[in-house]
Amino acid sequence: MAEVEETLKRIQAHKGVIGTIVVNAEGIPIRTTLDNSTTVQYAGLLHQLAMKARSTVRDIDPQNDLTFLRVRSKKHEIMVAPDKEYLLIVIQNPSE
Amino acid sequence: MPVPQKPGTVRSKQGSNTHSLLKAPAVKGAKVSSKKKDDEDGTETGDGDEWTQGKTLVKPPDQLDLTEEELKEEFTRILTASNPHAPQNIVRYSFKERCYKPVSSVDQLAVHFVLEGNLLHKDSDEARRQRARQGFAEEKTATETENVAENEDKPETPADGVEDAGDAEDGAGEERPDSVDVQVGKKEHKITNQFNFSERASQTFNNPQRDRSCQTEPPPRATFSDTVNQWVIYDAYVEELQKQEKSKEKQKTPKKEEDKGKKKKTVWVESQSDDITKVAKVAKIIERMVTQNTFDDIAQDFKYFEDASDEFRELEGTLLPLWKFHYDKAKHLSVTALCWNQKYKDLFAVGLGSYEFTKQGRGMLLFYSLKNSTYPEYIFHTNSGVMCLDIHKELSYLVVVGFYDGSVAVYNLKEDRPQPVYKSTAKSGKHTDPVWQVKWQNDDIDKNHNFFSVSSDGRVVSWTLVKNELLFTDIIKLSVEGAVSEGQEDMKIPDIAGGTSFDFHKEIDYLFLVGTEEGKIHKCSKSYSSQFLETYTAHSLSVDAVKWNHFHPKVFISCSSDWTVKIWDHTITSPMFTFDLNTAVSDVAWSPYSSTVFAAVTIDGKVHVFDLSINKYEAICQQAVVSKKTKLTHIEFNPVYPIIIVGDDRGYVTSLKLSPNLRTKPKEKKGQELPKGPEVEIAKLEKLLSLLRDTESPVQK
Repeated sequence: MAEVEETLKRIQAHKGVIGTIVVNAEGIPIRTTLDNSTTVQYAGLLHQLAMKARSTVRDIDPQNDLTFLRVRSKKHEIMVAPDKEYLLIVIQNPSE
Repeated sequence: MPVPQKPGTVRSKQGSNTHSLLKAPAVKGAKVSSKKKDDEDGTETGDGDEWTQGKTLVKPPDQLDLTEEELKEEFTRILTASNPHAPQNIVRYSFKERCYKPVSSVDQLAVHFVLEGNLLHKDSDEARRQRARQGFAEEKTATETENVAENEDKPETPADGVEDAGDAEDGAGEERPDSVDVQVGKKEHKITNQFNFSERASQTFNNPQRDRSCQTEPPPRATFSDTVNQWVIYDAYVEELQKQEKSKEKQKTPKKEEDKGKKKKTVWVESQSDDITKVAKVAKIIERMVTQNTFDDIAQDFKYFEDASDEFRELEGTLLPLWKFHYDKAKHLSVTALCWNQKYKDLFAVGLGSYEFTKQGRGMLLFYSLKNSTYPEYIFHTNSGVMCLDIHKELSYLVVVGFYDGSVAVYNLKEDRPQPVYKSTAKSGKHTDPVWQVKWQNDDIDKNHNFFSVSSDGRVVSWTLVKNELLFTDIIKLSVEGAVSEGQEDMKIPDIAGGTSFDFHKEIDYLFLVGTEEGKIHKCSKSYSSQFLETYTAHSLSVDAVKWNHFHPKVFISCSSDWTVKIWDHTITSPMFTFDLNTAVSDVAWSPYSSTVFAAVTIDGKVHVFDLSINKYEAICQQAVVSKKTKLTHIEFNPVYPIIIVGDDRGYVTSLKLSPNLRTKPKEKKGQELPKGPEVEIAKLEKLLSLLRDTESPVQK
């Protein structure tokens, strides 16, 4: 338990990391380091995207599964790691 | 006129007949006459007649009281037989005259009451039919009908009726003795006397009807909609299969259910404890990705960078520093051991402790992955400094560690706990001096895992993992002169030769080498504990490392703090090659990809890479990878990637990429396919060695 907390802390402390969000299965953010409105926006949209991506992967092969999704944008890199129940989203500015 | 005697009756009759003016006169006449008769009868029989008694006059209260004159006054009424309701103006179309003509004769008949009689003549068809229907009681019925027929006349003559009754009684009397059957039949089919019976009926109190209804709470409704994909169906099936398997298991082993219950409980508790723990795995992935983004250039270098300048240097190569691994809590410890995981080629273990006698204290065992240089994958804290470690080749989760305090321990990475699964104690034969090297061996006959350890107390011990115990067997005891048998040891304290390193032959199972503090290398066998097969006077200071070549079965390498690295053929007691590195050599390692390449680290922070096939005299790369004050302690080649890791006495581990020149394969000649594999490597080294053997003089730099 503490180990996870530590890991999350380390990630947040990492160079260039803008924010960390943990989203539950319903797409509701349960933990965040960003402000409220940004969190809600990211959580809602990325949850949908991740579910769609997962569905795509699994539709192609039901035995397969999505483990990681990264979205590289001009400004940031958004990394989404879906779990059974949770979604971990990290927004990083890699050029920093 | 007797009419006035019963004016009420008349009046009432009249009242009832007022509407039937047509018929009235006749009826009235008849009635009146009958009344008259009645009266006469009454007077005759003396008013005692039951028949008339029932008809006592009841005057309606609103009847007019008329005086005698008024009563006597005569009213003349002409009754016309015209129906007041009959239409007067019926017209019919006369085709003859082609116009409507009023119909002169209108039907004046009005029927007010019709009652069909239910009397039958006994000879009529109907009567006969009825008789037939009643079957056996025909005769009786016949008498009955007779009676009925007689009764028809009765109302007019009551006296006759009495007679009739008598007759009927007589009839019954006559018939009674006839037959029992008849009697029974009579009783059962008692036909009511249609004129002398009273039907009595009673109605029970009707319970008032009451509607009672209640409404249940309506079942909750919910709109449900879902999209089903192929994988959703797949998941459902998989789940169902698992359920079935589980239920099968339950049926098979009812005993185990308890355990399962317990497990479930604990699982439940765990899941209940904190939701956030579930992101542990993904958090790890994310951390790696974040690190990868940050150290993207290093990752690119690791994968793709090849030093272009190598082409111009021809023979020399360089080392490109990649990631540096460091853990804050291991700051004041030095790296005492390095070992790659053979299964997961990006994972390696780092043992941390201290080589200095005055600085002993706690130690640490860390596992790093190349995928995350910022933080170790696993961390184990130890009370004593780690001196050596080895990861099992097949069971890569088993790690044996030797400590400064002389104990050995086995850690299991699969078990998430900070303590080792096995640990030797003073009782179970732990070493009395620091353990300098440990090495996993192949499983023994009973399939138990076992490993060897060597310590400066002079013992080489074999350890076997049995269930939850660590069993030890002393293999050999080192002494200056030679191996000492146990008996001798009791008598006198021999000059114990402290072992500092050992290595097991790759092919010959029993053969192994032990380097000692005195600088000697002993070739030993596991089966002979009393003597050495061979002793090489290798170094003038303690042997820091001794290692068999990965390819050539005869060749091994040794290094020492006496500044030298030596290469040996184990059949020859003198070294084949000797390299002087001008400072104490702390570790040496053969490369896994070439039989002729090896690397050594020195305490002045330099890495020396040799390729004997290129240069037999000098290192083809000599590079300082850390500051001069930092001592390098260990070096290991990655089993697949062209990188090495070096540990130093500040707790840092540096990974370095070998430039192309340091890992050259023989140049390909056109049209000739190069043979590959270990045979080639052996031949390559053999060629070099044979050259030396011919000259019979070891090459010295």
